[in-house]
Amino acid sequence: MSRARADEEEYWHSSKFRAFTFDDEDDELSQLKESKRAVNSLRDIVDDDDDDLEKVSWSGDPVGSISWSIKETASSSTSSLESRDSSLQKGYSSYSAFPKQASSYSLSSLFKGRNKLPSFQSLSDALSDTGVKNYAPELRRPKAEYKDYSSDWSPKDTVRRMQRGKVCSLERFRSLQDKLVLLDEAVAGHDGNIITAVLIFLKRTLRKEILFQELEVRQVALCHLIHFLKETGEQKLLLDLLRFLDRTEEVALSQYREHLNIQDVEKRREFLKGCIGLPFSAEDTSHVQDHYTLLERQIIIEANDRHLETAGQSEIFRKYPRKASILNMPLVTTLFYSCFYHYTEAEGTFSSPTNLKKTFKIPDKQYVLTALAARAKLRAWNDVDALFTTKNWLGYTKKKAPIGFHRVVEILQRNNAPVQVLQEYVRLVEDVETQLNLATKYKCHDVVIDTYRDLKDRIQLAAYRCKVERGSAEEEKIDSILNNTQIRWKN
Amino acid sequence: MKYIADIINADKMAGRSRKYKIIFSPQKFYACEMVLEEEGVFGDVSCDEWSFYLLPLDDDIISMELPEFFRDYFLEGDHRWINCVARALQLLNSLYGPFSKAYGIGRCAKMSYELWRDLEEESESDSQGRKPEIGNVFLMDRDTDYVTALCSQVVYEGLVDDTFRIKCGSVDFGPDVTSSDKSIKVLLNSQDKVFSQIRNEHFSSVFGFLSQKSRNLQAQYDRRRGMDIKQMKNFVSQELKGLKQEHRLLSLHIGACESIMKKKTKQDFQEMIKTEHSLLEGFDIRESTSFIEEHIDRQVSPIESLRLMCLLSITENGLIPKDYRSLKTQYLQSYGPEHLLTFHNLKRIGLLTEQSPGETLTAVESKVSKLVTDRAAGKITDAFNSLARKSNFRGISKKLGLIPRVDGEYDLKMPRDMAYVFSGAYIPLSCKIIEQVLERKSWLGLEEVLRLLNGNEFSVTESAGEDSPAWESQRIILTVFLGGCTFSEIAALRFLGKEKGYKFIFLTTAITNSARMMEAMIETKA
Repeated sequence: MSRARADEEEYWHSSKFRAFTFDDEDDELSQLKESKRAVNSLRDIVDDDDDDLEKVSWSGDPVGSISWSIKETASSSTSSLESRDSSLQKGYSSYSAFPKQASSYSLSSLFKGRNKLPSFQSLSDALSDTGVKNYAPELRRPKAEYKDYSSDWSPKDTVRRMQRGKVCSLERFRSLQDKLVLLDEAVAGHDGNIITAVLIFLKRTLRKEILFQELEVRQVALCHLIHFLKETGEQKLLLDLLRFLDRTEEVALSQYREHLNIQDVEKRREFLKGCIGLPFSAEDTSHVQDHYTLLERQIIIEANDRHLETAGQSEIFRKYPRKASILNMPLVTTLFYSCFYHYTEAEGTFSSPTNLKKTFKIPDKQYVLTALAARAKLRAWNDVDALFTTKNWLGYTKKKAPIGFHRVVEILQRNNAPVQVLQEYVRLVEDVETQLNLATKYKCHDVVIDTYRDLKDRIQLAAYRCKVERGSAEEEKIDSILNNTQIRWKN
Repeated sequence: MKYIADIINADKMAGRSRKYKIIFSPQKFYACEMVLEEEGVFGDVSCDEWSFYLLPLDDDIISMELPEFFRDYFLEGDHRWINCVARALQLLNSLYGPFSKAYGIGRCAKMSYELWRDLEEESESDSQGRKPEIGNVFLMDRDTDYVTALCSQVVYEGLVDDTFRIKCGSVDFGPDVTSSDKSIKVLLNSQDKVFSQIRNEHFSSVFGFLSQKSRNLQAQYDRRRGMDIKQMKNFVSQELKGLKQEHRLLSLHIGACESIMKKKTKQDFQEMIKTEHSLLEGFDIRESTSFIEEHIDRQVSPIESLRLMCLLSITENGLIPKDYRSLKTQYLQSYGPEHLLTFHNLKRIGLLTEQSPGETLTAVESKVSKLVTDRAAGKITDAFNSLARKSNFRGISKKLGLIPRVDGEYDLKMPRDMAYVFSGAYIPLSCKIIEQVLERKSWLGLEEVLRLLNGNEFSVTESAGEDSPAWESQRIILTVFLGGCTFSEIAALRFLGKEKGYKFIFLTTAITNSARMMEAMIETKA
């Protein structure tokens, strides 16, 4: 090492040679033997009260390896920093503070025959004595010169210390090798907090492609990074990572997910339109397509209906004012709405139920269920009837339902359908037991009576007599059946 | 963190100078500090950590109140909470240990255990020579048994949780329960004398019990008719308060029962239970599938529909592709297209998957190995993700006898095994595993089951230093549920404890039920 003094500045500035950085990892024999000797002899001039000075013997290895005293207090670091700045007093300089730092060049000529230099002055004297201004940057710097005062824990120990909650600077781990060891140690330690902390550091100090490549084979760390990116909202990097991993479907889903943040309907519609081209799986693409189409429709219907409502001309909107907008509602809800408010419209309009059915390929079952619920709510029993009535080839009408009639009865009952209507559908229930249960539950007396009669179950029929109103038509009916001698009762 | 940083920055803009202190509980994450640093407010706040790990909810339940554990670990693969679990174990060990034997099953259980051992080694606490109060510890991952968590609960406490949502050991009863205008918040634990007697009972017994109790209470009240002054004084000073208390609690619980019954009859509860039982037993799968389909079509409840689909998927090792596609489409149509994301999450975590046509495990393995050589590394992660957990419920169920064979009616009033928590149809898998391991004091003889459960079991005997550990402590087992524990499981294990003479202490990351699990999977706004 060489020292510069203020009055030496000129000298150094005038030099042709510049110092340059050497990452001096190894402290083996320097090629510039002369410099070594020079430095060695200059050693005595150094103030010894600074512990951080590293002593190197030029015979070969550094003295006692890196013999540091590790100071936990900040003061020593600041003092060493100061001392670096004020090289005037101390007389040694650190690499970082003096980029122009250089060692002597061809000092052999300077220090020939000299082992000790009593003082700084003599150096300059020596230099000026010879009248030769030579300078050469030292090739190998001892590793310790670049070390800061801070502690020197191995990756494993660093992880340990972090687990105990200590604040550790990871900056020391600069080689890729070190970083990966650090990461693997963190993963082995099982603490996700540490793993994420290490990843934060790696993300900052590694080019993303390199990071991605290393994470490809480290599943646990990969999961942590993905989660971290999701949480901090770093969408771009996340997508880059997923693309790198060829997880195209997740790229698509991740982008699609963003639509949840868009409040404005028009913007959302635009966004969804853009999502259609994303690399979803085949079915998911059609789902996203449907999402877009649905929202598009809803916007149209909403605008239209709002207009109708405010105009006040439409009866249905007057009687049943809308409680909420149809925007962003699921398809089935939209269908219900459409069956409620726009049932009679032709297929051509956007808001007609049949149009919805066709566009979204709604299965019959779902359609009938929803239409039934809507019409029942409106107490439009004729419409309900029409839903189930089909004409067969002979021209006879028949009632059929893609859903069980017990369901139909339930929905009707929930909407307080009159007993006659209920009864009609209870009769259509296929399973006799269910039919009986429902009829009894909903007091469809005629059905019960008829069923017991068909089952030829006298006891039950007689028992049921108590359940009907005294003196009612049903009671009479029961009596007449019970007295019917033609019936061959089971019991 | 961003929210806090925004507040601070807004203050700075407005020129307000304030001191800020942030207290992180139970743990501060490096990521939090990073955000504070990025937002430029790191220097303005002082941070503190309050390591509150354990919240005792009752005499035998300790919760860590970390509901996010389930999603963070099982869906996102983030290990951030494992440290908390390890520290909790360390705390309990130092207070009640040393634990002489540790059992566990599941990857997370293993990791938590290892981290805990590391912590123990490093700490200088000397646990030798202390008489342990808890002898054994059993760690279990939630994903060892998803089935139990997905079933509808029918023990009283479970039903109350499913219907009203018990939070931190207390529940809000609305006006329909209190039959008054107010809603009331009630602490539900063993302090509540009425509750402690009915909590583990099957719902069918509860009503009868409560009405019996009311009659007794009435009789007690009536006693005062025939009293003289002295007796009356005695009665008023000593007994009346207790009776009044009991009366209040009784009416509350009766109200709750009525409310529950009303809700359940409206929801076709009977049919749903029937479907669940069919799925558990493996019968009438087509019928169950169409029930689920109808459930979706009728827009009954997005959470319930999802739950039933997951139950079908887990018990059947995935839905057949046709069903998966059709049910998914119908779900999206009924409850909203944005649930596309929910389905993706469920697939990732392994709760709702599709059967790969004609693929056995070996075929998948060979495909994966081929991919390795192809350097299509991304696809490996895809394959790994979808392998998440291959559920082999039917095989496990048969081997462990989870479906009890009943001749005649299953007596719910005098249950003879843990299946009563599900009306006699199914013994909870998690509880059965614990029972078996404790009986054998190891995993011997359970190799087949372990293979079907995807392994990751361990059983370690700590050298306690004592040759014969105290008898009482050996009977006490700390059961750790990583990812959540349901009240049904707690009830079942309490029953087991009574039968076999164990006492179970429950440590869970949170109390959970099927609804909470499903909600954790739904993707809400960012």
